[in-house]
Amino acid sequence: MSIGLIIRLVVLALLVAFIVTPESFAFVFQPLTRNGQPAIYTQNSLLNLTLSHLTIVAIATIAATLVAVGLAILVTRPFGAEFLPLSRSIANIGQTFPPVAVLALAVPVLGFGTAPTLVALFLYGLLPIFENALTGLTTLPPTVTEAARGVGMTDRQRLLDVELPLATPVILAGIRLSVVISVATATIGSTVAASTLGEVIIAGLLSNNLAFVAQGGLVVGVMAVLIYDALSALERILMARTGQRREIS
Amino acid sequence: MIEIEALTKDYLDLTVVDHVSMTVEDGELAVIVGTSGSGKTTLLRMINRLIEPTSGTVKIDGQDTRSEPAFELRRRIGYAIQGHGLFPHRTVGQNIATVPELLGWDKQKTAQRVDELLNLFQLDPAEFRDRLPSELSGGQQQRVGVARALAAEPKLLLMDEPYGALDPIIRSKAQSDLLAIQKRFGTTIVLVTHDMEEAIHLGTRIAVMDKGKLLQYAPPHEIIANPATPFVAELIGTGERPFRLLSLWKVRDLVEPGPAQGEPISADASLRDAYAECLWSGREMLPVIDESGALIGRIRRDDIAHKAERPQ
Repeated sequence: MSIGLIIRLVVLALLVAFIVTPESFAFVFQPLTRNGQPAIYTQNSLLNLTLSHLTIVAIATIAATLVAVGLAILVTRPFGAEFLPLSRSIANIGQTFPPVAVLALAVPVLGFGTAPTLVALFLYGLLPIFENALTGLTTLPPTVTEAARGVGMTDRQRLLDVELPLATPVILAGIRLSVVISVATATIGSTVAASTLGEVIIAGLLSNNLAFVAQGGLVVGVMAVLIYDALSALERILMARTGQRREIS
Repeated sequence: MIEIEALTKDYLDLTVVDHVSMTVEDGELAVIVGTSGSGKTTLLRMINRLIEPTSGTVKIDGQDTRSEPAFELRRRIGYAIQGHGLFPHRTVGQNIATVPELLGWDKQKTAQRVDELLNLFQLDPAEFRDRLPSELSGGQQQRVGVARALAAEPKLLLMDEPYGALDPIIRSKAQSDLLAIQKRFGTTIVLVTHDMEEAIHLGTRIAVMDKGKLLQYAPPHEIIANPATPFVAELIGTGERPFRLLSLWKVRDLVEPGPAQGEPISADASLRDAYAECLWSGREMLPVIDESGALIGRIRRDDIAHKAERPQ
């Protein structure tokens, strides 16, 4: 077992332990409190907040992946090529909207709660996945796509048996970027009453309690790093399994 | 039999292939040779409709290639390209099984065929079947590419510069493998190359193309002896002509009874090799042996030289 893996496992174990029994880590955050403020956020269970946070991110990312990959497949087919610039613009617009603005715009329509957060994360997650799916589908080795046609595969067989499997590691790199952005951005959802770890941070900011801000931020940050790491490892495995030596962005 | 009639491909106002007509008989190995931009690859790719012709027809065994969907046509025609085009995410075995699977062969028949082809190309099935293409050498990848093209026992095989990326030693091995396979299966082959040497070595007929036009389509000795245009002559190389002619004959064709001194030469060697050996060792004649190593006679330098004269 490599040192890197040991460190990752230790960090993961600490993270899980803190989420399940935050009180046992009170001594760590005690120095950050003032005037007898509580060291650990207890209005809501940290475990529930974390699970809800991850669920929101997962739903938004899955939806963004389906839409972005579907869109990328459409615009890389001969009949969809005309829509390539348009779809790029739409995905770019999704990225230029600050998440807070999306929340502000979505609340009047969707009300408070999880829904506007999902919309913001979904829009925010589209672009990296879409761009990577485009890259993956358009930079396949020309001899391979030519051979796929030459052996008599139909359009559908070429897409499912050759193009998508070979593009998967690159698409996964896009999903990785998108997930990490979403894990961090989801905290803002708490401003419109979505149940995420942002609640802990906001409570800390409102009551001027640095301990709350630190524990909310730490959990989000450590999760982002671990997820990024795990997905990177998955990409390397997929690259090797699909016999590719392409550089991952 | 492939009948190509007035086949033309235009891109906007550029004519890449210009009214080419030619017929490839069953069991022939037709080589299309030309410089880059001559339209040779476009011509080849119009046979299996990877490129749709602007006008003209291609008939295979009397049937117009447009009478069935392109993907079904391609499954009946083997296709091997430069840089092999193997699917990097599939094992060697899966790559070779591609067309049989598309055709719906049962698993056992496909597996048998894969092993048979691996053996044919001197790749041990147990060792290579489950490897990824990236784990093979260039020559091995190329062999797997040809094996994939042959997997569904096509009557027709198209090859686009299949040996372009190989070093000379592996290339000449691959070429003799191809000739052996053609002999064994009787496959009709159309091969594209820019290398006249390769064309003369492999082809039973050579089609010379330039600027989209078919300049000459004839057996190699005819091309060498009577080039149709100055361009064809230039492609053959005037200084090379006698030696190219010699390379078409085998020692077996000129062997006569009688003794000779020194190192013997194989009856299957080309006259070109025999002549080179005569010159190099300063001998008037060479003893000739057959495959088993038995002495079958001799070959004389003057007779060889006579064969190098321009045919009348």
